[in-house]
Amino acid sequence: MILAQPPTELQPGFAATLLVILVSATFTENILLTRFLGMCPFLSISRQLKSAVGMGLAVVFVTTCTCFLNATLYWYVLEPLKAYHIPAESLKLILFIVVIAAFVQLMEMLIERISIGLYFALGIFLPLITVNCAILGASLFMINKDLHGLSALVYGFGAGLGWMIAIVLMAGIRQRLKRSKVPAALEGPGITLIIAGIMAMAFVIFQGMIKL
Amino acid sequence: MTELWVILISAGLVLGISAAFAALLLVAERYLANYGQCVIDVNRGSRRLEVRGGETLLSTLMGRQIFIPSACGGKGTCAYCKVKVLEGAGTVAPTEQPLLTAEDVANNVRISCQVKVRNDMAIEIPGNLLNVKQYTGAVERIRDLTHDIKELRIKLTDPPTIEFVPGQYVQLMAPAYKGSPEAVYRAYSIASPPHDAGYVELIIRRVPGGTCTTWVFEHLAEGDEVSFNGPYGEFRLSGTDAEMVWIAGGSGMAPFWSIVRHMKQAQIARKCTYFFGAVRKGDLFFTDELRQLDRELDWFTFVPALSAPAESDQWDGATGLITEVVGKGVSDAAAKEGYLCGSGGMIDAAVKTLKGKGMPEEKIYYDKFT
Repeated sequence: MILAQPPTELQPGFAATLLVILVSATFTENILLTRFLGMCPFLSISRQLKSAVGMGLAVVFVTTCTCFLNATLYWYVLEPLKAYHIPAESLKLILFIVVIAAFVQLMEMLIERISIGLYFALGIFLPLITVNCAILGASLFMINKDLHGLSALVYGFGAGLGWMIAIVLMAGIRQRLKRSKVPAALEGPGITLIIAGIMAMAFVIFQGMIKL
Repeated sequence: MTELWVILISAGLVLGISAAFAALLLVAERYLANYGQCVIDVNRGSRRLEVRGGETLLSTLMGRQIFIPSACGGKGTCAYCKVKVLEGAGTVAPTEQPLLTAEDVANNVRISCQVKVRNDMAIEIPGNLLNVKQYTGAVERIRDLTHDIKELRIKLTDPPTIEFVPGQYVQLMAPAYKGSPEAVYRAYSIASPPHDAGYVELIIRRVPGGTCTTWVFEHLAEGDEVSFNGPYGEFRLSGTDAEMVWIAGGSGMAPFWSIVRHMKQAQIARKCTYFFGAVRKGDLFFTDELRQLDRELDWFTFVPALSAPAESDQWDGATGLITEVVGKGVSDAAAKEGYLCGSGGMIDAAVKTLKGKGMPEEKIYYDKFT
């Protein structure tokens, strides 16, 4: 009698799998530059390096936590209900948004209470994240890739880290851009979108390196 | 299992999880975002407010009928709601930094819509802001002064009278209407004199696409109820008796129309020359009334000037840009005071002209309409 076993966390090579998930989520499947999710804050908060780092850290934090929470919700509540013909695939979209919104609100209140310094560095970006499609995207991709528990956590961290790398790179470029001559018609979002396109092309080189 | 059950269970699941999170957030708000009773000391003991913490300073003060000017409605963009916080504000938030000058930071000036009341505070606000109230009134008259400027005469109902210094402004509320989903406040100088205390007159120039002016020009009718708060502003006559040069254009007429009628009523015989600039004759208003005052009052001279009069205007008055007319009309300005009101560009040019005539910069007072 052979039962299909899902990979458990005690299997050999599990650490290597996690590393592959991390690299793949961060680079080869960079959520911003290959999926083009989370563009609004990417364009509006990338004017200054300092705020880009703050926003990036907030996204890393939120994707990591919400991916883990949503994985738990999906695999332990929604998936078992499939046996009773409950449309888990459709429900997950609604429930993931609810989880993300509630988590972000809660975190904002908590951080404001615990440390004003941390709130000013990170907390003020949280309300901007609630409706960020990159966060929801990370959770949905994670389910498609059949990631559980710790793998989901690492995937969320990687997706957030990839987004942060992209926005920090963009902020660096835009700070230098201030001192260069940009055609008047392309100033602001125009040139930023062109740069994002070139960056996305650069990230294409990671494609096919590893596949999850 | 029937499809009905599937739908019911799915709906119950979504509602249940949403309700659980809502309950969690309510509990969190109750305990985490509850900063208890806080005491705000205003102007070193002149008023003591006991408030519930957790809200921004701006909205907390507004809840206690202290109206700090704010044009953006607490979004942290207009920087009008600056308040001096002596104690209890904490560090400057990153959202405030771009709006504060180094001098502001040194003087503990903060953006009140970005400062939260988390503990006891001590603040300092200009004494006259304590007189700021919310007013309601009924529009008694709307009339066209020119093709794009209207005069609004509002009869006050609650409170029935207003006290202000001529030159100050109020913030008129344009309620939500089709095309503008939320109420906005816009600042307009009071054009009526303070002795006409039961009324407020505003002079409003149409801004193409402007939220408030579109409402005034297209939706507001005589008899409608309007509300505003005020008075605000430091633009007013100085306490000296130096000779004055007034320069205005367009709806910049408003404060001077109030001041000159107040001076006549209060018998303040301070010498002044009022230069009012427009493009054509059709852009001038109150010309007959002001010329009448010019004849009646020996201290008051009115100089309307047109920059590009049409042939049909048959204009024999001063011609040219307002700065050129002022340049010709004012000789030595070293001992005089300048009062300017109008668009930013006009004011910058007029300040330059007056300084060229020897007027010290600190004797030039202005109210920029933006």
